[in-house]
Amino acid sequence: MVTSVLNYGRSGVHDWIVQRFSALVLAAYTLVMVGWLAMNGSDLTFLQWQGFMGQTWIRIFSLLAIVAMAAHAWIGLWTVATDYMKHRGLRVGFLGLIAISIFVYVVWGVSILWGF
Amino acid sequence: MLISIYRYNPETDREPYMQDIDVDMPEGKDLMVLDVLNLIKEKDETLSYRRSCREGVCGSDGMNMNGKNGLACITPISEVAKNNKLVVRPLPGLPVIRDLVVDMAIFYKQYERIKPYLQNTTPASGRERLQSPEDRAKLDGLYECILCACCSTSCPSFWWNPEKFVGPAGLLQAYRFLADNRDEATSERLSELDDPFSVFRCRGIMNCVSVCPKGLNPTKAIGHIRDMLLSRAT
Ligand code: SF4
Repeated sequence: MVTSVLNYGRSGVHDWIVQRFSALVLAAYTLVMVGWLAMNGSDLTFLQWQGFMGQTWIRIFSLLAIVAMAAHAWIGLWTVATDYMKHRGLRVGFLGLIAISIFVYVVWGVSILWGF
Repeated sequence: MLISIYRYNPETDREPYMQDIDVDMPEGKDLMVLDVLNLIKEKDETLSYRRSCREGVCGSDGMNMNGKNGLACITPISEVAKNNKLVVRPLPGLPVIRDLVVDMAIFYKQYERIKPYLQNTTPASGRERLQSPEDRAKLDGLYECILCACCSTSCPSFWWNPEKFVGPAGLLQAYRFLADNRDEATSERLSELDDPFSVFRCRGIMNCVSVCPKGLNPTKAIGHIRDMLLSRAT
């Protein structure tokens, strides 16, 4: 058993499932967004956009997508970093930056979604 | 034919270099790569490589020929040479001891790690543990591995994490014992593999399948292990 403290779930199966599930969520979210934009996009007004994004279901769905993005990005980039970055300090620094960025995105996303 | 060989003797060379040798090929005969190396060695005794059975059974002469890993003894020149040229290098990703001889310690360490032996504490009912033909058939495509390391040394995931990722050869053997109905350590074996590296660094690149001189399919075995881990976890 190889142990590592920095990965998402500390279990390969766990990471694997989360990675696939979050990919499905993101794919579904992308389809919904692209679909809606394709139908309403050409002369979209701010009010229309706000009305769409303000609905409770799309807020919940967006939050789910943000959380999925956070998990997906962390697992994926942790994997990339542990494959290609052999220098420990560099790797930890890189992952630290990633962690902070993801955290900022989540908080910012939540404040946009639920702050108005 | 022009043969370009990776040469490195740590006692005399500061760094490895490629040596180009023009070899007169016998007319009307297709030699194996190993035969050609033997021809070269007759003239230059310092050339080092491993070989033993010279018929694809022992797994000693795994090397990289024109970019693809394989056993030199069963790889015909006609199959690998391009434009009358052949580049021979040691198996990639392992430390070179000398010329085409690599240090396989890490490869064996990963093999050892998966406990490649039957674990069973129940006393055998008769003189031996019998298996039904169906159960025995589950080991086909697994037990034939000769541990030549062609697969693991062609695997990028093994290059990047040879200490942590078991590699295709080790995982094929891990599944050989997981699939064996006489083995009682299935759950312990799975617990040993359930981390983000040992199995899950396999990204399905399938270089292992494309190079295995025995025609085995480590990617498929890894898929079975992953399924076992998944069904145990859910
Ligand atoms: S699986 Fe094939 S390539 Fe890999 S070590 Fe076994 S025989 Fe060699």
